[in-house]
Order: sequence, then C-alpha cells, then structure tokens
Amino acid sequence: MSTYLPFARTEARTNYLNADYGWKSWLFTTDHKRIALLYLFSITAFFFVGGAFAVGMRVNLLTPEGIFAHDTYNKLFTMHGIIMVFFFLVPSIPATLGNFLVPLMIGARDLAFPRINLLSWYLYMIGGAIALTAIVKGGVDTGWTFYAPFSSTYSNTHVILTAIGVFVSGFSSILTGLNFIVTIHTMRAPGMTWGRLPLFVWGHYATSLIQVLGTPVIAITLVLLGLERVLHAGIFDPAVGGDPVLFQHLFWFYSHPAVYIMILPGMAVISEIIPCFSRKALFGYTFVAISSIAIAVLGFLVWGHHLFVAGQSMYASMVFSLLSFLVAIPSAIKVFNWTATMYKGSISYETPMLYAFGFIGLFTIGGLTGLFLATLAIDVHVTDTYFVIAHFHYIMVGGMVMAYLGGIHFWFPKISGRMYPEGWARFAALIVFVGFNLTFFPQFILGYQGMPRRYAHYPPEFQVLNVMSTAGASILAVGYLLPIIYLGWAWRKGPKAPQNPWNAKGLEWEQSPTPPPTYNFETQPVVTEPAYNYSGESEEVGIG
Amino acid sequence: MGDSEATLAVHEPGLKHHFDDSAQQFQSSTLGMWVFLVTELMFFGGMFGGYTVYRNMYPDAFASTSHFMNVPIGAINTGVLIFSSFTMVMAVRSAQLGQKKVLIAFLIFTLLLGCLFLTLKYVEYHEKWVDHHIPGPGFQYADTRYFHQAQILFFLYFAMTGMHAIHMIVGVGMLIVLISMAARNRFTQAWYTPVEMIGLYWHFVDIVWIFLFPLLYLIGHTK
Repeated sequence: MSTYLPFARTEARTNYLNADYGWKSWLFTTDHKRIALLYLFSITAFFFVGGAFAVGMRVNLLTPEGIFAHDTYNKLFTMHGIIMVFFFLVPSIPATLGNFLVPLMIGARDLAFPRINLLSWYLYMIGGAIALTAIVKGGVDTGWTFYAPFSSTYSNTHVILTAIGVFVSGFSSILTGLNFIVTIHTMRAPGMTWGRLPLFVWGHYATSLIQVLGTPVIAITLVLLGLERVLHAGIFDPAVGGDPVLFQHLFWFYSHPAVYIMILPGMAVISEIIPCFSRKALFGYTFVAISSIAIAVLGFLVWGHHLFVAGQSMYASMVFSLLSFLVAIPSAIKVFNWTATMYKGSISYETPMLYAFGFIGLFTIGGLTGLFLATLAIDVHVTDTYFVIAHFHYIMVGGMVMAYLGGIHFWFPKISGRMYPEGWARFAALIVFVGFNLTFFPQFILGYQGMPRRYAHYPPEFQVLNVMSTAGASILAVGYLLPIIYLGWAWRKGPKAPQNPWNAKGLEWEQSPTPPPTYNFETQPVVTEPAYNYSGESEEVGIG
Repeated sequence: MGDSEATLAVHEPGLKHHFDDSAQQFQSSTLGMWVFLVTELMFFGGMFGGYTVYRNMYPDAFASTSHFMNVPIGAINTGVLIFSSFTMVMAVRSAQLGQKKVLIAFLIFTLLLGCLFLTLKYVEYHEKWVDHHIPGPGFQYADTRYFHQAQILFFLYFAMTGMHAIHMIVGVGMLIVLISMAARNRFTQAWYTPVEMIGLYWHFVDIVWIFLFPLLYLIGHTK
C-alpha cells in the first residue's frame, strides 16, 4: 500500500499486549486495540447467551407440542432477538475488528476520542448488565420489536428494564460511530486519500453514518414507550386515540437501517479478504466504496416494507416496495465485484477465504429472498412466517457471523501475534456452513408452506423440516464452539506469527509490527499507492 | 514519535498524544461535536415526527390545548434563551481574545440565564400539576370532547419540553465546569476548545426551544 520501510523485528519488542499488565491497564485503557479486545470478549459472552435462548427454541420445536409453556417460549424468542441484535450483531464487527483496525488501516495512532471509545464500552456493559438483570428477573415477552400497545399496555414482563438496557447500549453504538466518522475524516496518514482508503474503512464509514443517524431515533422511541407504559396517556394505544402504527414507523426507522449496521461491516471484511487470497486488486474499487454509502442512504428510505400488512397506506407501500428493490443494486454490485475479483486470480483456500465464499453464497440467497419480501403480493403471503426468519438469518448469521468469523481468523495473527491451527479452522468453517444451511434452509420451505413465526406449537406435518432445522442448529453450535477452543489455545500456544503472514496489502500488515505497539506505528506511515496493489510491485513490498 | 510529541505537548497545551498538531485536534473536536449535534437532532426529530402525526390527526384538539399553555412565560423564556445565546457567543469571543475575566463573567451570565429558564419552566410545570394537566391517571381536561387527544398532546408537551429541560440542566452543569476551568487558567488563546464546543451545544439547545415554543404554545392562537 505504500513505500515499505523494513525494520528489524526484535523478539522482546514491546507491543500493546505486553506494554502493561494488570486489570487496571485493561479496564482504564484508552488504547483502541485493548478496547477492541474488551469488546471482543464481552460480545462473545453475549453471543453465547443469545445462542442459549436459540437452543431452547430449537429444542422446543423438535415436537409439534413443544416442551415449554407458551409464555416461556415467547420470552425465549424475545430475549434471543434482543441479545443477538442489540448486544451481539450491532457491535460485533465495528466494535471489535473496526475498533482495532480502522486507526491501523488509515495510519493513525488511535481513534480521535480514545476516552469516548472506552466510555462506549462501559455503556455497552451497563446496558448489557441491565438487560441481563431483566432476563434474570423473569425476562420479557414482547418480541425484540417491542410492538405497542402490547409492550406499552398489556405485557406484564420487564419491558421498561429491557428498554433501558437497549437505550443505554444504543449510546455506545452512537459513540463508536461518531468516533469512526471523525477519525476517518481527520486522522488519515499523509497520502491516505479517500480514494486509497481500504474498503473496510469505507464500509465502517457507511455503518457509522447509520449508527449516528438512526440510533437516536430508537432511543427516543424507547423513551416514549417507557413513559407510555408508566403514564398510560395513550400515545400508542388505539383504544384512546393513539396510533400503534406510529410506533412501528419510529421503530423501523432505526431498525431497518440497523439491518445494514449488521451487514455493511461484514461486507467490509469480505472486501479485504477476497483481494488478499485472490492476489488481485479488488475489481471496481470506486463502485464498491460508493455502494456502501448507497446502501446506507437507501437503508433510511425503506423502513415501510415492515408495515405492508400494518394498515399503512397502499401508495406508501408501493413507494417503499420500489425503494426496497433499489437496495438490491448496490448489494449486487458488491457481489459481482467480489466475484470479478476472484476471476483469474490466484485463489488459495485459507480459512478466511472459506468464510468469504460462504458469505457470498449465503448473502446472495438472503438478499434475493429479500426481494420476495419487498414484493407486495408475496409479502402478504409470507409476512410473519418462517420465510422471514430464514431470510434475515441468511443475512445476519449466514452473512454477518460468517464475515465476523472470517475477519477474526484473518486478523487473528495481527491481534494476538500467533497463528491459529489452519486444519481445525477449515474444519470449523465447513461445519458452520453445513450446520447453518441445514438449520435455516428448511425454514424457507416451512415459511412458504405457512408456518408462522413466534408460536410454540405447530401442526404435525411441519415436524420433519423442524427436526432437520434443530439438527442443523446442533451442528452449527459445534461450529461456533470449535473456534473458541482452538483460538483460545492458539492465543497462548500457537506458533508466533510473522508481521504479514498472508502477504497482504494494507498499512496494518505492511507498516505496523505484529502485534502492534501501543501507538501502532514505529514511524509515521506514508501512503504512495492505491489500496490492494497486489499486482505491480508487490514483490518488493514483502515482509520484514 | 515519542520525543517530538513530548516537545509538542509542552508548547501546545491540551494536545493529546495521538494527534499530530493542535489544528488536527481542533478539527476533530469540532467535527465530533457537530456529529453529536446531528444525533441530538435525530433524537428530538423522533418526537417532532410524533408531534406532526398527531397534530395532523387531531388539529382541533391541539389548537384547544395551546390555550392552556402559559404563553407569557413561554415568550419570556424564549427571550431568555436567545439572550443567553448572545452571552455564550461573547464568552467564546472573550476566550479567543484571551480575556479571562470577561470570559468568566459571560459564562456566569449564561449560567444565570439558563437557571432563570429552568426556574420559569418549573413554575409552568407546577401550574400544569395544579391544573391536572399531567398525563396519566390524574389527567383532567375542561373540554371533554378532547380528553384523550389532549392527553396525548400533553404527553408530547412533557416529553419534548422535559427532554429539552434535561439538556438545559446538562448545559448548566457543563457551564459550571467551564467556569471552574477558566478560573484555574486552563484556557489560552491557543486552546479554548471546550468553550467553543459547549457553545455549539448551548446554541443547539436554544434552537430546539425556538421550534418548541411556536409548535406547542402558539399553534391555536391564529386569530
């Protein structure tokens, strides 16, 4: 990515991990890399909490009669959704990999506001603790969407406490986005022009725009919901003149763009992995960069497609349907350009690349079924069925979680200074892919046949597909547990990583030692070439 | 970089280690504050959106409620806030010129105006309490046709002005911090970023009120 200044690697070099020890040096750190690790460990914990609820749901759905009471099942899917969306998916890649890599990739010593970065982690933890408290006290049963007036008037579970948890963690998301926007604008190294930014950074810039513009709206929506639950003034209660559809508009004004918070960072990771393991510059850099921004902008104009059957005006629905189709254009540009990048590339099959392959296939299926849902007539048929569940899990789990795992493997040497065991990692990637498809593909069929979401019981003719889905979930669980084990082992015992094990382009690999020192670079990086310059002079830009 | 940064830090007060120079740091702080204000705009925007929907649904009820708003106090408060924006601007200017005493005087002046606003707001809220205009079980409304709609309006009134008042309280707290920092000679002509940033925040909170006042108080007084 730039003129490379080789420097001698000394074994006892100080890096961000061994610069200081003790819990204070972690809990009061302002180093973006350490904060990224704090986030990494906390969101992993939340991932497994959310996963445990999913296990409960899948076990219940093994038989048509289920094993849990209806109320318990309602709580299971609600808390699965809330934990996974607000406490895993939204912060997943931005707060961990993004936090770690954005300053490294643009050649900065830290994010613009390091203390605000730490504050965002504390807000996340406080919000998470409040949400967990609500769960321990008996949970909440409104669905992750908190639809009024059930949530504001009728539900007798811990709605307010959960809403406070989501509200607080929302500010952590806002602060992360704010930090990224400012950092990317003001702290790029000399020569790091907007046209040379890695696409990882472009993706995070687009994500940050959504976090900053969307999250405050869900915050105020939850405030209004909480006040209404206390005062019963009727703002969302149709019985006394309130408008429950207003709640849905306000909720989805954030929560649809939030879907793109949950996929753009995944696309950002894939845009880094594919050029590296194809040994080629990314095809159509400008189009991929602009498509991230286009997704962010269009994402704010399509929320109404969640309200096709909610009593929204037919004409509004037609406009929202059209705009939703438009999102397919930038999404398809990305998929085509990744594919074109691989064309005639020297592809190798390391674990991150396997996850990238999985991402492209699963995201494509998830994206195309999204077009079914944007079509007014088909949406009426499949609204609130397992078709919707399968669709968004293909995006969020098949897309985002695959990208997250791919990114974790790709940058694991950078983060830990160690190599992970390639054989185990490839095996786990395969398990995840198989398990995922077995879990969620049957749900497309179930949904199309009419099985509604959010019911604890179902007619016996749906049992075969449900058993397949539950079997898939158990395979998927193994696929998620394996990386915890071998990455945990590799962190301590893995072979030491060279500075640039993948021979990848980018400031974080070429000019920052592995693991990076506290201020990231030993000399001020200067950028003199475009991103992903894998052809050209790549031999001279070897590792030190 | 270590050595050169240490030297820089001596010459440029307030410069953090990860910035190259004060200009970059100031640019970052300013952009960060504006981005934050955008999030604030969206935050209040959700309530303005709700207001728009209900005003469109129940125009007569909303017009009727505005007759129960204390327009004189609202008008005085509008004046107070506009004047406080002026004193805040003067505080920023004195910081630019390095006039410590003038800076402190204007900050205190702004602080007092902020407190005056909050006091008058308290008087208004107390009136609403006495008149049973607080939404909830005790809510009463003279015109029974509009009971439910008026309750929604008062809900929005308290949510919007209450959220605004919370922002005023935060602003007052930050002014106290600024005054104490100024008294301890923390600001120089080269570095007075906090004054500038809190100035931006203060103006934003004022502007929100400029919209709240006509929408909530004056909407029914068309004749």
